[in-house]
Amino acid sequence: MILFDHVTKQYATQNRPALEDVSLEIEKGEFIFLVGPSGSGKSTFLRLVLREERANSGTVWVLGKELNRLSNWKIPTLRRQIGTVFQDFRLLPNKTVFENVAFALEVIGKPSSHIKKVVPEVLEVVGLEGKEGRRPDELSGGEQQRVAIARAFVNRPMLLIADEPTGNLDPGTSIGIMKLLDRINKLGTTVVMSTHDSQIVDQMRRRVVELEKGHVVRDQSRGVYGYAR
Amino acid sequence: MRATFVAAEVGNGLRRNLTMTVAVIITVAVSLSLFGAALLVRAQVSTMKDFWYDKVEVSIFLCSKGSDTPSCAGGAVTDAQRDQIRTDLESLRPLVEEIYYESKKEAYDRFKAQFKNSPIVDNVTENALPESFRVKLSDPTKYEVVASAFAGRPGIEQVNDQRQILDKFFKLLGGLQLIALLIALVMLVVTVLLIVNTMRVAAFSRRRETSIMRLVGASNFYIQLPFLLEAALAAGIGALLAIGALVVMKVVLVDQVLAPSFQFTAFVGWDAVAAIAPVMLITGVGLAGIAAFFTLRKYLRV
Repeated sequence: MILFDHVTKQYATQNRPALEDVSLEIEKGEFIFLVGPSGSGKSTFLRLVLREERANSGTVWVLGKELNRLSNWKIPTLRRQIGTVFQDFRLLPNKTVFENVAFALEVIGKPSSHIKKVVPEVLEVVGLEGKEGRRPDELSGGEQQRVAIARAFVNRPMLLIADEPTGNLDPGTSIGIMKLLDRINKLGTTVVMSTHDSQIVDQMRRRVVELEKGHVVRDQSRGVYGYAR
Repeated sequence: MRATFVAAEVGNGLRRNLTMTVAVIITVAVSLSLFGAALLVRAQVSTMKDFWYDKVEVSIFLCSKGSDTPSCAGGAVTDAQRDQIRTDLESLRPLVEEIYYESKKEAYDRFKAQFKNSPIVDNVTENALPESFRVKLSDPTKYEVVASAFAGRPGIEQVNDQRQILDKFFKLLGGLQLIALLIALVMLVVTVLLIVNTMRVAAFSRRRETSIMRLVGASNFYIQLPFLLEAALAAGIGALLAIGALVVMKVVLVDQVLAPSFQFTAFVGWDAVAAIAPVMLITGVGLAGIAAFFTLRKYLRV
């Protein structure tokens, strides 16, 4: 699913590499937490997977493609198979819930008959049935994140990238979001989630990869957030 | 590809960025109007050249009594000299197409007709006007052949090429056309810069949408198409306005003002306007499209 082989990423403006000699394999169907302090390289890792950045050395394989050799015009095809969720939801404020989810399908040229069928389905999966006509500012933070997850999941991607999806939510709401991500994972989608939320990591007991200063310092199946080293 | 979605995006974009859209339309309209005007002047010059070069003649003025050029030292032209000149002209066929002799009397009649409303006529007598040969050339550019053969010969006062007079006039028109073209060029540069800036603002104001589009895997083409269509549409409207201005120039300036006042010459017809209009449209839309394309490549990267 994802394979990092001795990957180093150095941003031109920084002295220290954001990721240094990182090797990591993520299997199909896994649910994996990416933890570590700010600046440890979690976001860089996710950006490399999305091919928003290119590695300086080493190879990155995602969904069977070697990203360094992937030509620019093939990137959209890759991203269609990856759902993405962010801390700040990134919804379009002037569109309704339905339209926000439908937007993801419209811009990749899906026919409206298909959209009318799958958008209500995915809104039901995330528990937003009956709120199709609301705008983002009429929703709670948790509901907004559910819209974002619906948008990420509407194409039934093989892989879901979640960059601190509960970072802006209170603990109770976060649990709901985690249940939803867990459900999506059980439907067969690999989930890679970066987080600072120790409670969630400890409760879920899934694979944990800890980054520190650009290195993988821990890789543990059924791990917890703060592991005594 | 979903046409309705793209059309809705284009409409939204144009409305949200209305002031910039209007600015683009106006600059495109103004610059293309100038461009069109320059092309119209060029068409006018070529029409007039066709019209006049068909009619221009080389005039060989013969000596009269009292002419003070050296070749007229022998007084007025003699019959023998006149006959010799005619024979020599005949020998220059086929370059010389027509030879027409104008006597003092005919010259005076023509002069009177030409200046019939002017008091000048009263001061000119038949004797003051020279007799002449009017020669029409099959190729007006070969004037030199005739001039070198006859200028300075005894009995000939002067050899005149009407084309030289016309050429001065055409040079003036050519200069006007060049100025119009230069201004049009500057305006087109301004237009391109404005479009570049408009696209930057548009890309910035919709960065939220475009970033989501990139994330969910919309192709570059799909992301850029609404922007490109917006630029092309605004430029197209501007070009249509400019074409309207061109039509007004033709109807009002050429047909209603110039043509009645200068009846002795030909003016551009609608065929010239029909040829210029598509050039304007393509220039406008093409420039806008290219400018937008390169701006977007920079600001809407994958």
